[in-house]
Amino acid sequence: MKYNPDENGYYGQFGGAFIPELLYPNVKEIEDNYIQIIESEEFQEEYKALLKDYVGRPSPLYLAKRLSEKYGATIYLKREDLNHTGAHKVNNTIGQILIAKKLGKTNIIAETGAGQHGVATATVCALMGLDCTVFMGEVDIERQAPNVARMRMLGAKIIPATSGSKTLKDATNEAIRYWIQNPETFYLIGSVVGPHPHPDMVARLQAIISEEMKWQLKEKTGKENPDTIIACVGGGSNAAGAFYHYLEDEEVELIAVEAAGLGVDSGESAATSQLGEVGVIHGSKTILMQDEYGQIVEPYSISAGLDYPGVGPLHAFLHDTKRAKFMNATDEEALQAAYELTKIEGIIPALETAHALAVLPKMDLKPDQTIVINLSGRGDKDLETYIKHLED
Amino acid sequence: MNSIQQIFQKQDQNLLSIFFTAGFPELNQAAEIIDKLGRSGVDFIEVGLPFSDPLADGPTIQHSSTIALKNGMNLDIVFKQLEAIKDTNTTPLVLMGYINQIIKYGEEAFCQKVVDCGIDTLILPDLPMVEYEEHYRALFKKYGLTNVFLITPQTSEERIRKIDELTESFIYMVASSAITGAKGEISQQQIEYFERIKSMNLQSKLIIGFGISDHKTFSKACEYGNGAIIGSAFIKSLDQKGVAGIEGFIQTIKR
Repeated sequence: MKYNPDENGYYGQFGGAFIPELLYPNVKEIEDNYIQIIESEEFQEEYKALLKDYVGRPSPLYLAKRLSEKYGATIYLKREDLNHTGAHKVNNTIGQILIAKKLGKTNIIAETGAGQHGVATATVCALMGLDCTVFMGEVDIERQAPNVARMRMLGAKIIPATSGSKTLKDATNEAIRYWIQNPETFYLIGSVVGPHPHPDMVARLQAIISEEMKWQLKEKTGKENPDTIIACVGGGSNAAGAFYHYLEDEEVELIAVEAAGLGVDSGESAATSQLGEVGVIHGSKTILMQDEYGQIVEPYSISAGLDYPGVGPLHAFLHDTKRAKFMNATDEEALQAAYELTKIEGIIPALETAHALAVLPKMDLKPDQTIVINLSGRGDKDLETYIKHLED
Repeated sequence: MNSIQQIFQKQDQNLLSIFFTAGFPELNQAAEIIDKLGRSGVDFIEVGLPFSDPLADGPTIQHSSTIALKNGMNLDIVFKQLEAIKDTNTTPLVLMGYINQIIKYGEEAFCQKVVDCGIDTLILPDLPMVEYEEHYRALFKKYGLTNVFLITPQTSEERIRKIDELTESFIYMVASSAITGAKGEISQQQIEYFERIKSMNLQSKLIIGFGISDHKTFSKACEYGNGAIIGSAFIKSLDQKGVAGIEGFIQTIKR
């Protein structure tokens, strides 16, 4: 299909594998094997069984009646927040850990920002009895203490990234460096970013979200497709999963919501599609936030899961071809959306997810419009932020 | 024949190349560092373009990049500094940077600036062979620039042969499967790898880098390659002794 990468890993002009020769054998091993493994019956059986009994899938497609009433449309929430470990991240880590096992890898490394991917990785490593090392920015380690404790309890070793801005981007650099020096390890990347084939591998593993949406919506409404799908985008893994099986159904409107931070033009933002330009980050040609000399700029968002200076190459392509519409929400708008969902539906969403909800007031909705919002994660990890801002 | 090929024609053994990051330790020291390295007998010099996210560099070089960027270094300043010494400097220079810097600067504009500085050789560690073949080879050719590829202990023979075919000056032979950083030892395993590559009888010259830090490792590397590159150890010396320590550092290597 036209939204799959070509043989060099390109979605249109985006993607590829801009990696040092040092990394070539590591990436090549995965490239040569990932599709075959994912499509094998053995993998599918094990993956689907774990998703069902361990993760708790299928995640419900919930008709949010009061939210629908408020906005004058039919709004469904895809409840990824109900997954084990609290977000969509585990769909990917379950899949990749099975691929790692198939490739005979026993040492797993991962990067993490807010800690959600780190927790999801530490969880599957505990499940499989594999060694887990998580790279996390020194600043994020301080900001996300509960997740750090969870990872340690799960048996993971945390290595602080002390270079650069000491956040997600630097944790990713450190993970890649470690991978180069320890080619026998498996780098379990957390989003649809990095060199080919990582964006495609992660998208295929998150595609379970839209695979379920298809039959769930049909069952509930008799409709083949929703009119609109909304998902938040940092690197873009939950959006890739929610869009995946609808990419070719051009009549389905896809909306990707980025974090505007204090405002797109405030200088404190993570709205990559608005502020970024074409370049190469973490081995992938995409849109990224950079200065006039190509130095990568540190983004800002209240949400630690959305402050990535790039966006996955698939999303850069969806933006470029206008297949997806890119919107954004500020910190304040996201907070309000989170409080609103909590009050009228009794669901506390993750701060990342709240950005997706926050575009509803900005849209021109019609009563017969069916919308699915990917509720990518739950807000337990963000309670401190929510409480602090409620008091302000 | 370009500046690096000329070096190899004059001498193809025991070549010493030094890497430093432009803008480190201070913004305006590149000309002085190049001058001192040349006078000390260094055969060619790699000038690193500081980058915010240098994936192929170890902590020492990354630290020097961070300082250089803090000092206000950018591509326009580097080019200005190098263009100013174009007619007086006699030691060939090689530019080392990351592909994003070139894309953002404008590929054609970047190449033109490199030419204006009298430089004809580039090392771009995150430019893979497939991208080079499909796009950059033609671009570089237009400006008379040559690209240096890296090989590592994990690079397959088939791939090394292909890199050898694409190479016009030298192959940067990574001594170990580790990020750059002074190590001080060359293991038996590395020697086996050096011998394996030597026995392939490549048409390209071989310059060995990564982990070369002193006289001992330099001499050992020169037994198998045409020369060696020292990066992190030199940056450390610059950090500790500044430009005043350059001559002494080179003397300890060459002895």
